[in-house]
Amino acid sequence: MQNPLLVQYLPILLFLGIAIVVSGAAVGLSWVLAVHKPDSEKVSAYECGFDAFSDARAKFDVRYYLVAILFIIFDLEVAFLFPWAISLGDIGTFGFWSMVVFLGVLTVGFIYEWKKGALEWE
Amino acid sequence: MYEAIAFYGFSAILLLAAVLVIVSRNPVHSVLWLILAFFNAAGLFVLLGAEFVAMILVIVYVGAVAVLFLFVVMMLDVDLSELRAGFAQYLPLGVLIGVVLLVELIFFVISGWTLGPALKSAIVAAAPDAAQVSNTRAIGRLLYTDYVFVFQGAGMVLLVAMIGAIVLTLRQRPGVRKQNIAAQVSRQRGDTVTLHKVETGAGA
Amino acid sequence: MGQFLPALPEIVLAVCSLALLIAGAFGGEKSTRSISYLALFALIVVAVLVLRQPDATTVVAFNGLFKSDAFGRIFKILILIGSGLSILLSMDWLEREKIARPEYPVLVLLATLGMLAMVSANDLLSLYVGLELQSLSLYVLAAFQRDTVKSSEAGLKYFVLGALSSGLLLWGTSLVYGFSGTTQFDRLAAVFATGPASVGVIIGLVFVAAGIAFKVSAVPFHMWTPDVYEGAPTPVTALFAMAPKVAAMGLFVRVLVGPFGHLLLEWRQIILFASVASMLLGSFAAIAQKNVKRLMAYSSIANVGYALLGLASGGLAGVQGVIIYMAIYVFMTAGSFGVILAMRRNGAAAENLDDLAGLGRSRPGLAIAMLIFMFALAGIPPLAGFWGKYYVFIAAIHAGDIAQAADANLLYAAAVIGVLTSAVAAFYYLRIVKIMYFDEPAPALDASPGRAVEAVVLVSVLVMLVVGALPTTLIDASIRAAKTLLTV
Repeated sequence: MQNPLLVQYLPILLFLGIAIVVSGAAVGLSWVLAVHKPDSEKVSAYECGFDAFSDARAKFDVRYYLVAILFIIFDLEVAFLFPWAISLGDIGTFGFWSMVVFLGVLTVGFIYEWKKGALEWE
Repeated sequence: MYEAIAFYGFSAILLLAAVLVIVSRNPVHSVLWLILAFFNAAGLFVLLGAEFVAMILVIVYVGAVAVLFLFVVMMLDVDLSELRAGFAQYLPLGVLIGVVLLVELIFFVISGWTLGPALKSAIVAAAPDAAQVSNTRAIGRLLYTDYVFVFQGAGMVLLVAMIGAIVLTLRQRPGVRKQNIAAQVSRQRGDTVTLHKVETGAGA
Repeated sequence: MGQFLPALPEIVLAVCSLALLIAGAFGGEKSTRSISYLALFALIVVAVLVLRQPDATTVVAFNGLFKSDAFGRIFKILILIGSGLSILLSMDWLEREKIARPEYPVLVLLATLGMLAMVSANDLLSLYVGLELQSLSLYVLAAFQRDTVKSSEAGLKYFVLGALSSGLLLWGTSLVYGFSGTTQFDRLAAVFATGPASVGVIIGLVFVAAGIAFKVSAVPFHMWTPDVYEGAPTPVTALFAMAPKVAAMGLFVRVLVGPFGHLLLEWRQIILFASVASMLLGSFAAIAQKNVKRLMAYSSIANVGYALLGLASGGLAGVQGVIIYMAIYVFMTAGSFGVILAMRRNGAAAENLDDLAGLGRSRPGLAIAMLIFMFALAGIPPLAGFWGKYYVFIAAIHAGDIAQAADANLLYAAAVIGVLTSAVAAFYYLRIVKIMYFDEPAPALDASPGRAVEAVVLVSVLVMLVVGALPTTLIDASIRAAKTLLTV
């Protein structure tokens, strides 16, 4: 028995297969056919002709994570909107207000965030 | 048949990627393997008919969480050799826990995943027929009405996450000059420019 | 809309915490004290709302996700008391440590909201959401003093291990759901009433129990407790030792006695093991501690062991024992932490046991209060702490009388070990008394810890004395609450 849902995904599966074959071929062939003669100068990092000054793993300002985490939170919030938007006709007023309250809570968070200056980049 | 091939393909790559997450020497590679694992898990969800979960996995985990991981791992000042030092020491314990979990799983398979006859009638149909109602719509019908309590609870959890991130990381630096756009825009000519009539010869 | 009424206290608390969050953001750091008072007021309002719900009714709302009953209500009151006392303890401390920020009381309120949701959960899903709301707020509170290494470390440790325990809990939940077809407590109970449970359910149950055991810090899962208790800011440690512990214990009882009540024989031995191990480790490891907060951490592990003995006994007497134990425990802990917060010298916290030396002469009032709490924790008769231990041990003996041979012997043995470890614990509690009164005095402590802390200590002393002398009100309330849990 064929699942009608999965039939819709067949093109994606085919696409995935082709993508794997093509990218595998591109990487694999160049690896097989190309000439490999590495030496220490060739494989070392090139930094404007100088020796590397320091490790690339420098500590980063924590504010970047703050922005990233806040992004994830709103990303999740938006994820909840998809099923709501689709089923709004079925769930009636209650479902509508349920989402409004949810967004209200997050809006309170947003006001807090804004007031605190978490969205500003000094 | 295609389903079976796809299932075993996704599962095999998922397991391989999961192992590589752990054994990779470079944490950046670990995160990349993790992303591959997420993609394959999404593939498995699609095979189960849980499209919505699959897409959320891609959007949220691959699109946001894994990128954050990459961020953290690439920028953190981690000494890898130091991290590895404890590896051999904790290996026996880790293997032991792994073996216990494995034995449990094997035990399940042998005991046949059976449900008592009384249970089968008690099980509520988890999802409506996929041919009639799409997966996302089925979730939407339940989540905002029947499960409103946990839905709003999830909203509060997100709020706490927001407060927590700000409480723990936000610092106001003293002495930083910030732009105050409202003040800039609302500035009147009279506030800043004064005209003085200077008598001739009295300037100096 | 009538379905919201049973959850009115929770809804009010949620709205209050949102309002205070905004008020705090606009008021800035100087508004912390007023926000704290408002948060306290909100907790009192919520407690009044909880008390106004008719005592005899059990209402299931939100499509079976939420249950309001007498059992939940008594735990809610205890949680609200614990949170309220910890806010009182925090106010002066935050100002002195210069970390007074209005988020603190708001996070306490949000954690309390999670705890209320936990004890009235009627579904594995609402259980998990409540637990996460509580835990997430507490992780942040543990790291609240973010400029000190210890506090950040405590927050991180708590977060990593807490996330692991949530993972265990979810894995167990998914197994239970997979093998029984439902996550709702009433339906689960109905399913297990029909016959023996499959292996999958049992394994799921073990993982759920392990996840919750993490949250109450029962022994095989206690590793985080001493470090987190020591590292977290002291008022936060006080909160950890009170409200979340009560909430997780209430949840433990509700889950195991409710939906898994028919599987008593399966889970009893696990809980007995955790109980005995907690009593032993908590009592013996505490002897070697020099830091007061670490000592309280081990003491709390031991106390959880006694409460779990009540749970392992099961039945009316067992549940009643847990309720009485936790009710008294909240006040013993609040008072002890009040005294610990008063221990400051030259503007810095003094956290070593030796710092208590000479307290009997320099601060006689505080020393007498500490003496009462230590005697109560040791379970010495005229004080309330005695009744907690008494009812738990009685429950174990009674349960042993009606249990099958193997279980009966285990229950008797556990009760005997409980009595013996109480004696061991009495040693280190009384050692504190000895340090206060008979050791060479340490340099004097700073003056008054602030009126709020003194009030908490005073209230706790009164509760110790009054409940110790007249325990009947508490005992009646606990019987009513235990009955509602068992008849459903």
